Amino acid sequence: MTPGLFLIVRRSLRQHGLSTAVTAAAVALASGLVMSVFSINRQTYDAFTGGNAGFDAALGARGSQLQLVLNTVFHLETSPGNIPWRLYQTIKQDPGVELAIPYAVGDNFHGYRIVGTTAEMFTRFQYREGRQFVAQAGGRFFEETAQEAVIGSVVAERLDVSVGDIINPYHGLIFDEDRKHQDEYRVVGILEPTNSPSDRVVWIPIEGLYRMSGHVLRGSGRSFKPVEGEAIPDEHREVSAVMLKLTDPQAGIYLDQLINRQGNQATLAWPIGRVMADLFDKIGWVNRILEMVAYLVVVVAAGSILASLYNTMNERRREFAILRSLGARKGTVFSAIVLEATAITAIGTGLGFLVYSAILGAAYVVVRAQTGVVLDPFRLDPVLWMTPAGMLVVGALAGLVPAFKAYRTDVASNLVPSS
Amino acid sequence: MTDTRGPALLIQDLRKSFRSPDGEMTPIVDVPEFALAHGEQIALRGMSGSGKTTLLNMVAGILAPDAGRVVVAGREITALTESGRDRMRAETIGYVFQTFNLLQGFSALENVLLGMTFGKGADRPAATQLLERVGLGARLHHKPRQLSVGQQQRVAVARALANRPQLVLADEPTGNLDPRHAREALALIRDVCRENGAALLLVTHDSEALAQFERVDELAHINRAAA
Repeated sequence: MTPGLFLIVRRSLRQHGLSTAVTAAAVALASGLVMSVFSINRQTYDAFTGGNAGFDAALGARGSQLQLVLNTVFHLETSPGNIPWRLYQTIKQDPGVELAIPYAVGDNFHGYRIVGTTAEMFTRFQYREGRQFVAQAGGRFFEETAQEAVIGSVVAERLDVSVGDIINPYHGLIFDEDRKHQDEYRVVGILEPTNSPSDRVVWIPIEGLYRMSGHVLRGSGRSFKPVEGEAIPDEHREVSAVMLKLTDPQAGIYLDQLINRQGNQATLAWPIGRVMADLFDKIGWVNRILEMVAYLVVVVAAGSILASLYNTMNERRREFAILRSLGARKGTVFSAIVLEATAITAIGTGLGFLVYSAILGAAYVVVRAQTGVVLDPFRLDPVLWMTPAGMLVVGALAGLVPAFKAYRTDVASNLVPSS
Repeated sequence: MTDTRGPALLIQDLRKSFRSPDGEMTPIVDVPEFALAHGEQIALRGMSGSGKTTLLNMVAGILAPDAGRVVVAGREITALTESGRDRMRAETIGYVFQTFNLLQGFSALENVLLGMTFGKGADRPAATQLLERVGLGARLHHKPRQLSVGQQQRVAVARALANRPQLVLADEPTGNLDPRHAREALALIRDVCRENGAALLLVTHDSEALAQFERVDELAHINRAAA
């Protein structure tokens, strides 16, 4: 490739600055969109189906496994119902269960879910391999017998809650200020960010949730109202779900058989990743449509490159003829146009990373706020190199038609004047 | 001493016709024989429509003849492929056009450098030196539209001579210039060709220009189609 070729391309890009800018912007939009769609798709899929839940399975009321997972792992959706405490005790004794942590839900704090649980959530549970919850400096985890709360980092940040503050739960999963409980909880700890749905949760002792004013327990099938100062008999206790860490996959197969196929009291959502993958499979068509839209924008961008170059071909015929008269080969002129198309695409694709960053940044805020799942704009997804590479090929192909026109430029008839 | 290299330019039985609007084939060029020695400078007197541009375009390999041969510096350009003709035009032939044919988006220096790129390779110091030689040392980075007509012509001359061609073709090089600039431009072309040992074939109908040449031929005498 001759230096002259680069000089020709550079000058042309500058001479046709406006059309270069508009075309590069179209390419930037296309490449940014493609990278965003695929990256967000893959990251959300991984986040919702990967091992980030920290649990292998969830045991809950008979019903939908998906609803159970959304409710317990992602703290979305309503609870499908409660199961008796004895089921928790039974499954906790199962040799295939490494860790069983009860969840009780039903209240919120300004829209953020309150989950009643045991101290094992902080002492044994690992939200990721080797990673346990950590209280920020000056805080600690709750005492199981005290009216204390531990706050997720997003809740603390959004509601400006600090250690030592007193909070009142609100009844139900949706915030309604008329449904305020009179019970008061002292915030004793704020968790370090985990970049998981747990950041959006207020954790309190499960005993506290049982004893919340207005709460009635139906673990025995009859209504039972806890009395202050008296222990709650196990038969009346109930939980919304039991979160399980299993010893091995065989245990999951066994429990699945036992609970889902032979039993009729409860539902075991296992493995959690598979349940979420099923959801993604069902709504996969949405992603297909988004991908199609992104590809369509790529086609429009390619058309834009073709049109912008093709439209300059007539005005540049004399330029090509002069270059040829100086000894430029036909192939040189052809290459100059293909290189110009590729250069516009390269500029556009470079700008595409800005578009990608902007979309990922917006998605980061929305997805984190809605689900607690954190997207990583800097994750090195293969789409971040495959898209620019693909766009360069598309750009070069779009340059072929105008390049062929330039290639066919007749030298003598375009060198004026003639006699 | 006899030059053993043969002529710088040899034309034999060169013919070219174009189809006229009424469908008839009209001969434009019909040159039985023409030769130009190395370093020789010839002016051809030709009026408009005498086929001079067509003749020069065929000599430069820009236009393919219907018949005949053109040999430049010992190589038959009419027998070469299009790519071979491009290469030969870049390396062996310099062409000064009446309308200069400068690339408008490029500076004076870039115009010369581009001419070099397709030939023996871009040589920035040499290009700069050449432009200084034609009096444009202070205008290296000016675009053609920022230069006077005379200055543009000098850029075109510098570009045509940048690859030290063995044959320089000039098609009405003074046609767009006032008498003073015409004289200067012509003197420049002749001087630089002489310095480089290049043969010069100039075609014009400008009598003042013709008066400066020792050898002037009538194009009509060479080109039977124009007779």
